[in-house]
Amino acid sequence: MVDNQSIYLALAITLFIIGAVGAICRRNAIVVFMCIEIMLAGVGIAFVTFSSANHSLDGIFMVIFVMAVAAAEAAVGLAIFLLMYRKLGTIDLDKFNLLKW
Amino acid sequence: MLDFVVPALNLKAILPQLILALTALTVLLVDVFAKEKGKTSLGALSFTGVLFALIALVLSRGSHESAYSGMLMADGFGFFITLIVCIVTILTILASMNYEKICKNIKVGEFYCLMLFAAFGMSFMGNAGNLIMIFVALETMSISIYVLAGFKTDDAKSIESALKYFLLGAFASGFLLFGFALVYGAGGTLDIVKLGKFFTANPDALHHPMVMGGIALMTVGFGFKIAMFPFHMWTPDVYEGAPTVVTGFMATGVKAAAFAALIRVFFVGFAPLQADWTTIMWVGAFLTMTIGNLVAIVQTDIKRMLAYSSIAHAGYLLVGFVVGTDLARSGMLFYLLAYAFANIGALAVISAMGKDGKEYTELSDYSGVGFKYPFLGLMMSVFIFSMAGIPPAAGFMGKFFIFSEAIKSGYIWLAVFGVINSVISLYYYLGVIVRMYFREPDREISIMAPTGTMVAALSIAAFCILQMGIFPSYIWDLARESVKMIM
Repeated sequence: MVDNQSIYLALAITLFIIGAVGAICRRNAIVVFMCIEIMLAGVGIAFVTFSSANHSLDGIFMVIFVMAVAAAEAAVGLAIFLLMYRKLGTIDLDKFNLLKW
Repeated sequence: MLDFVVPALNLKAILPQLILALTALTVLLVDVFAKEKGKTSLGALSFTGVLFALIALVLSRGSHESAYSGMLMADGFGFFITLIVCIVTILTILASMNYEKICKNIKVGEFYCLMLFAAFGMSFMGNAGNLIMIFVALETMSISIYVLAGFKTDDAKSIESALKYFLLGAFASGFLLFGFALVYGAGGTLDIVKLGKFFTANPDALHHPMVMGGIALMTVGFGFKIAMFPFHMWTPDVYEGAPTVVTGFMATGVKAAAFAALIRVFFVGFAPLQADWTTIMWVGAFLTMTIGNLVAIVQTDIKRMLAYSSIAHAGYLLVGFVVGTDLARSGMLFYLLAYAFANIGALAVISAMGKDGKEYTELSDYSGVGFKYPFLGLMMSVFIFSMAGIPPAAGFMGKFFIFSEAIKSGYIWLAVFGVINSVISLYYYLGVIVRMYFREPDREISIMAPTGTMVAALSIAAFCILQMGIFPSYIWDLARESVKMIM
């Protein structure tokens, strides 16, 4: 019998890995950003799981801050993508080679 | 019924940061309501604000308290980091007043406002006593800097640097957060001091896979911000593409703040685990300085060269981190300040090398600059000497403090590699000086005469470098006192 905590933790790690692999492999800037959001979702689930296991509220507060910061990041990120699209007409990461990687 | 106690607002503990935030909001408001003419005074307004923050900070020296339920540590360590941040911000603002005349289409209001908010975040990173606080401060700083990096909206390079910094930065903070989550799972708290107490009381919890994994993920997250090998790949691109004054700001301020958080989390939170992370950081320090220096040699763009040199400097700082004694950490603080003066100064000189929106950043453009623009040449030489670690500049004393402590603590090989690396770095640093004074210019360049504020910024930085190099004892004592007072 697997306890609940392990199931949720497994879900968190799975989401985190899906997000990390996606962020590395995908080439469209918006998809990469969405993958990073999936990673953050995994982090959120991990925090809530530990928060309930430890009987402390710290983790819940952290999740709220993570969501707020992710929203701010999305605002800035989409602005940068828009600027890039207007300048170069694409947001494909492979097309950006003014600066050597 | 729930008992709710209104927490005491300890405004004294956050006064410098409060002044920074209020100045940032004022700048934003003035920018909205002022006429075109009034906007020229925004730089002066921000400068005054940071100056007041610096005064408030200096007056609070010696405070040793934890405020806001342990969220904030107003201690000596935070004092020193906030000092570095305020100095960095003041110098950057002075240099930007010159820069905004070269790049006319920069929107000054948002520019200064974001810079102040970034400084606010950096300062809180040095003072944070809780992982939540570190995360929020880190993101306040980073999000402001993502925007600042892409501030030249008509320049594709600048936008590309913002995009790279943004995507990789968000990716790295995901790792950092997951590290925090795992440590929270093992330790049951996000308070750094309580984590330290928990791990001291329960040594068997230390080698739990969750703690190890958490530390590894946190190393990735922090390693990205301090540009540690192998997470340094973004550095040259972002530093090259960003507006030059912003490059100086992020090369020094972000590094100081990230090192501060790293030191506090690892030495306060995971002190019993020191033996475990030392090996990883040893390799990290060695590779970071070696790769940074070797790749810097072949660069043809001076901003890119300084980016690789800043990676090498992160390596020297990591030597202090590996050694980990009080004196080594004081050496790191001293080095961070010396490095801040030199790097901001050098990038300010580069930002002054331009006219009408055109900037000259190729190394070959610096041929003959020493005689054509004697002041800029002289200042650049001082900064380069400091970065190369040649006495009597401050960089030499910084390296001396770190490497001598490494030898005393038995890290002889690391010190030897550090010195070898300093010798390698002489090649490209002196290359700039040779170009400036002993080569004929390849092409005619014409630059705008530096404004009074730029002259002031460069003179202050050069003066402080020589002061710290010749009479290091004042800052050195301050750094030692700061490290002793870490809570």
